[in-house]
Amino acid sequence: MALSEMHAEAVAGIVDRVATRYKRDPVNMLQILREVQEACDWLPPEAIDRLQTVLGVPRTKIEGVAGFYSFLYTEPRGKYRILFSDNIIDRMAGSQPLIERLCENLWIEPGKTSEDGLVSVDVTSCTGMCDQGPALLVNNRAITRLTATRIDEIAELVRNKTPLSEWPADFFKVEDHVRMADIMLGSTMQPGDGLRAARERTPSDGYMASNMRSWREGLPSGISGPSAMLDEIKRANLRGRGGAGFATGLKWEACRNAQMKPGQQRFVVCNADEGEPGTFKDRVLLTAHADLVFEGMTVAAYTIGARRGFLYLRGEYHYLLEPLNAILERRRKENMLGNDILGIPGADFEIEIHLGAGAYVCGEESALIESLEGKRGTPRNRPPFPVTNGYLDQPTIVNNVETFAAAALIALNGGDWYAAIGTKHSAGTKILSVSGDCERPGVYEYPFGVSIRQVLEDCGAKDTQAVQVSGPSGICVGVDEFDRTIGFEDIPTAGAFMMFDQTRDMFEVARNFVHFFQHESCGFCTPCRVGTSLLKNLMDKLHNGHGSPYDFAEIEKLNQLLQAMSHCGLGHTACNPVLDTIAKFRPAYDQRMEHDEFKPAFDLDRALSEARQMTRRDDPGAHITGHNVALGEEA
Amino acid sequence: MSHTFTLDGKTIPFEDGQTIIQAASKAGVFIPHLCYHPEFKPHGSCKLCTVKVNGRQTASCTMRASAGMVVENNTEELNAERRALTQMLFVEGNHFCPSCETSGNCQLQATAYHLGMMSPHYDHFFPSRPVDASHPEVLLDFNRCILCSLCVRASRDVDGKNVFALSGRGIKTHLIVNARSGNLADTNFTLKDKAAQVCPVGVILVKRNGFAVPIGERRYDNVPIGDSLETATEGR
Ligand SMILES: Cc1cc2nc3c(=O)[nH]c(=O)nc-3n(C[C@H](O)[C@H](O)[C@H](O)COP(=O)(O)O)c2cc1C
Ligand code: SF4
Ligand code: SF4
Ligand code: FES
Repeated sequence: MALSEMHAEAVAGIVDRVATRYKRDPVNMLQILREVQEACDWLPPEAIDRLQTVLGVPRTKIEGVAGFYSFLYTEPRGKYRILFSDNIIDRMAGSQPLIERLCENLWIEPGKTSEDGLVSVDVTSCTGMCDQGPALLVNNRAITRLTATRIDEIAELVRNKTPLSEWPADFFKVEDHVRMADIMLGSTMQPGDGLRAARERTPSDGYMASNMRSWREGLPSGISGPSAMLDEIKRANLRGRGGAGFATGLKWEACRNAQMKPGQQRFVVCNADEGEPGTFKDRVLLTAHADLVFEGMTVAAYTIGARRGFLYLRGEYHYLLEPLNAILERRRKENMLGNDILGIPGADFEIEIHLGAGAYVCGEESALIESLEGKRGTPRNRPPFPVTNGYLDQPTIVNNVETFAAAALIALNGGDWYAAIGTKHSAGTKILSVSGDCERPGVYEYPFGVSIRQVLEDCGAKDTQAVQVSGPSGICVGVDEFDRTIGFEDIPTAGAFMMFDQTRDMFEVARNFVHFFQHESCGFCTPCRVGTSLLKNLMDKLHNGHGSPYDFAEIEKLNQLLQAMSHCGLGHTACNPVLDTIAKFRPAYDQRMEHDEFKPAFDLDRALSEARQMTRRDDPGAHITGHNVALGEEA
Repeated sequence: MSHTFTLDGKTIPFEDGQTIIQAASKAGVFIPHLCYHPEFKPHGSCKLCTVKVNGRQTASCTMRASAGMVVENNTEELNAERRALTQMLFVEGNHFCPSCETSGNCQLQATAYHLGMMSPHYDHFFPSRPVDASHPEVLLDFNRCILCSLCVRASRDVDGKNVFALSGRGIKTHLIVNARSGNLADTNFTLKDKAAQVCPVGVILVKRNGFAVPIGERRYDNVPIGDSLETATEGR
């Protein structure tokens, strides 16, 4: 047999094994592609050939999905695929020289695969390790606390082709860094307590029957048991922690009341995509309090009458898959999942974990559902909303990890208890992912209403110039605003809290965020697909010293267009970091401005840099400046 | 049951389930659009058809009409934003109208004229997009693809073939064809496919046919887009 045939046969064997485990169902395509790649290092054409047959779907569909996700490769990217986290916080911690060092060490260029096919080094969006950066992923395993020494060790391990399983365990250690705990991070709730309490909220008259029917069919309000639980969530005034702050009780109620056709069911989805740069609190919750999260999902299932649930875990947190599955297994054994949960007849609920593959937009709830269905992560047209037409067009609630954890606490302690914590319109606590210029980065849990100044004090931040709250899509807060507070009344947040001291260049912060949005735009709609690239080009133009006030007007226009015309929140917020920093840190922009009017982006001298590199020349004669030619100047 | 909403002050009747653009075109009102085609499921991606519904912008090809809606369409603000979108599409791809055989039949060009676009405004991206001339009867010039997915929908929903799909992400989103080689010749695509007829721009080109109708006598040369509703909503 020819070598290529052997290869094709081996690949087909892998595809068959993986696909069979996923019931050969195209709805699991993303999971199948991900696992095939884990075995083959990439997705060779032979794998796609075989998938076409095994899943019975056209090649275009498979390639369309494979082409969407950053962590799926249809071209070889090496046995070791190294991706440095490229958030501004990683950069401030010195990631860039480390990337150069590793590349020099391995004799490769960033973004390219080594000629022997051994290794590639590239960058990726924030991997959620800002409190212990710089960080990288090697074949989707996280390595934190990078130093020059560690980089050299990594280069050595790669050169020696040491299997990842034999790399020092210490490399892969991820710290929780819980610095401030309140009701959630300090919870000692035992698995099952929340569920039992929820069940006991039912008046004794006939709770069995009502629970059974409600769980299976999700009855409209008026039935005790689940509806009693819904009332607690509403009384708690719980609002979503994923950013938008939608009232959780209303969402659950809408799903519970949604009409279903025969054969349909309801779904509970936990959004653990945590893609917003600078956010890592869901990672800590899933590490230290996974039971609280799963319990919250089960309480939700009980309340709305769902039998299946998903945890959509970002690909960057692949290392959490095994421990989380072990916890699910334990909960099954303890009858907290499966059939007749805690002995309640008809109380059936199962949770599956699906992994993402490097796409921030999949945190948007309708894109997340598309991704769960094994498709490209493109946000859907809404209405209809997921509560009526979600997973496989059936009623679905999508909530953030922290929202579910809060729901478990509410089940245990009641809505009034919860509503008394925090402020009037922002009940409960909020976990902040604190990183950047401070002494003690990590997670901090506060009752809502805490001031920026308080957080800065607690984490040991000095000479702070600005705080980016809620990530690139959030807001940039300057010194004169540090008395503002965290909460839906003032500064809402999905959790990120990135600090920049006086030595930092806020223009470069904004530019990093713009690059992030450009990289993560899904490309579905014109304004965001093209607009984020135009914005990136404008920021790069300013960075290269070719800015003019004209460009500010252009940025303002782009912002209006993206806010008005974009299809989803990514496009709506993509200009925020630039507008905020222009408004608050104008000098950072002005110092880049050499011209008062207009300056073209095209730079003749820069355009020649490739030629200079090829000819290895850098003498004055190889440069074109404004002095020796007039072309570079504005026409 | 029939109800009404208002569009730029005009009363428009609609049937349950109709989108704003469907009801508008039935009533003879033109709303600019590129990815919408009356015969296919709406996509909602180009955003040219954006209108203001009760003060909020939304795509009229995906938004269902509802009774009493107040919709703005032909306003300077919306047209300026739509113009910017056409400019974005022009710089994103490689559109050299004078040398394009679709000139005069192209919906992007016609819409740009309609909106009064005088220049591309933004710097060109000049992407590198090789053409696919493998098929005996049809040439694919990806330089002009605006990613509207009409060919994708036509091939999937009408031809039952899935010859086309979108792959990649963000600014790297691109059209692919259903063959391991990536060549159209290796698919089961034929000239009779619906997908061969729906491209609003000049990507899917019938070979040896380009200038059969001279420039100046073509569809939008005769009747500018929006002047006649048929021109606006039919295929080419
Ligand atoms: C581009 C984009 C990314 C998002 N990423 C996340 C995310 O990573 N995690 C999350 O919980 N919500 C994210 N959201 C918000 C979700 O769409 C949704 O509102 C949220 O999961 C609802 O849960 P909640 O009500 O509990 O907050 C994102 C939204 C957008 C527009
Ligand atoms: S706004 Fe951006 S991310 Fe959202 S659908 Fe449009 S292109 Fe995709
Ligand atoms: S080839 Fe034509 S029809 Fe197909 S997506 Fe591109 S522009 Fe639309
Ligand atoms: S025509 Fe409605 S979004 Fe394209």
